[in-house]
Amino acid sequence: MIVITPNKCDFCGACVAVCPVDCIDLKEADISIRHDVCIDCDLCANICPIEVLEPIYDEK
Amino acid sequence: MMKSSYDVVVVGGGPSGSMSAKLAAEGGVSVCLLEKDRDIGYPVRCGEAIGDSGLRKFVEPKESWFAAHLNSFSMTAPNGTSITADFTSDKGYILNRRVFDYDLARLASEKGAEIFTRAYVYGLIIEDGFVRGVKLEYLGEKKEIRAKIVIGADGVESRVGRWAGIRTQLKMKDMESGFQYTLANVNIPQNRMDFFVGKTYAPGGYVWIFPKGDGIANVGIGVSGTYSKEKSPRKLLDKFVKEKFPEASLLTTVCGGIPCDKPLKKPVKSGLILVGDAGHQVNPVTGGGISSGMTGGWIAGQVSADLIRKNKLDEKSLTVYTEWIHKEFGKNYSRVYNIKNAISQFTDEDLNNIADKVKKLPREKRTLTRIFSTALIKKPLLVIDVIKVFAGI
Repeated sequence: MIVITPNKCDFCGACVAVCPVDCIDLKEADISIRHDVCIDCDLCANICPIEVLEPIYDEK
Repeated sequence: MMKSSYDVVVVGGGPSGSMSAKLAAEGGVSVCLLEKDRDIGYPVRCGEAIGDSGLRKFVEPKESWFAAHLNSFSMTAPNGTSITADFTSDKGYILNRRVFDYDLARLASEKGAEIFTRAYVYGLIIEDGFVRGVKLEYLGEKKEIRAKIVIGADGVESRVGRWAGIRTQLKMKDMESGFQYTLANVNIPQNRMDFFVGKTYAPGGYVWIFPKGDGIANVGIGVSGTYSKEKSPRKLLDKFVKEKFPEASLLTTVCGGIPCDKPLKKPVKSGLILVGDAGHQVNPVTGGGISSGMTGGWIAGQVSADLIRKNKLDEKSLTVYTEWIHKEFGKNYSRVYNIKNAISQFTDEDLNNIADKVKKLPREKRTLTRIFSTALIKKPLLVIDVIKVFAGI
């Protein structure tokens, strides 16, 4: 699952631009991920210039 | 007061949105521009460089827009060799986008466009395969505005196109992960733009230093999405700034994605046009998008007014816009896109070799053609193209 580090985001939209399933909602100073749509491709985390988004997966 | 319908609704208040609104309003149709942030022109997500010719084509430049006037540029190779050359056929500026964007919006409003900020568009009204307006949140309320044509100027993160079924998301290799500081207390030439290339500085991109007057500069980095996972733009820029400008203070921090793709092949649907970053209308090598975004808006505004008068809003009629865009810069940017792919193959050693050879030429002989017709080693024609692209000529 992609986790958003609180209070770190600059709301630049780079993640939204690469998201293949359009599951990231970005307003003026508000970002959220619709996890039911997200496919855990991690592209948003990879493009984020300041490492706001972090893929965290349970080890099973 | 926001009305419930306009001829044209523009989503996004950057240069391409304001140009769209201005030209549509000049064409005699009713226009509303919706900006999601509270301010037009802020936050600035941009290095703020533009060429004189790219600006003058659309508006008469005003001195208050400019933080610095440019007449030369330098490129530094990974081994530290710097090549400086003068602009020969154009000049450039570093803008104050806060002032510039405001003024473009003002010009649109003078033509009759109505502008609303904090207007967050979250969906489209689509009926019978036609985009017929937008759904938005404005001042805490959900609203709908109907429109004959919606112009999506909603930037790199554009969703307006996606809602209508245009695939706008960017591939990682066609996206730069960007980060920039505006620094104070830096001692740099005020008429020169500096670039640093190579993997050590910025894998698949470059570091820029753009002067803004009074010891202030935009110092930023773009790293290709291919590498940004391993090579954090923020960390690379921090290292660069620590080495070059240990005395500097940070006035602004900004990040952003820079689309470096070819312009969208089909930036239209029935009742919808995409402009600027949303339509991938950015120079794919430099990442420069102000004047190309204004081009998109300039065309979209005119086409919208014309087609609304003729009541032809279907996708086929709107291909007038697509054809005009491709004529204006589509072919050129496809060529530039190929250059981008070729540059991405350059090793740091290639870049060092090029810089060392060019360095041996006296500066007055470093006119762009001269430099590269005499100096080059590997792919001489390609490098001329690269430099032309950077110098904006």
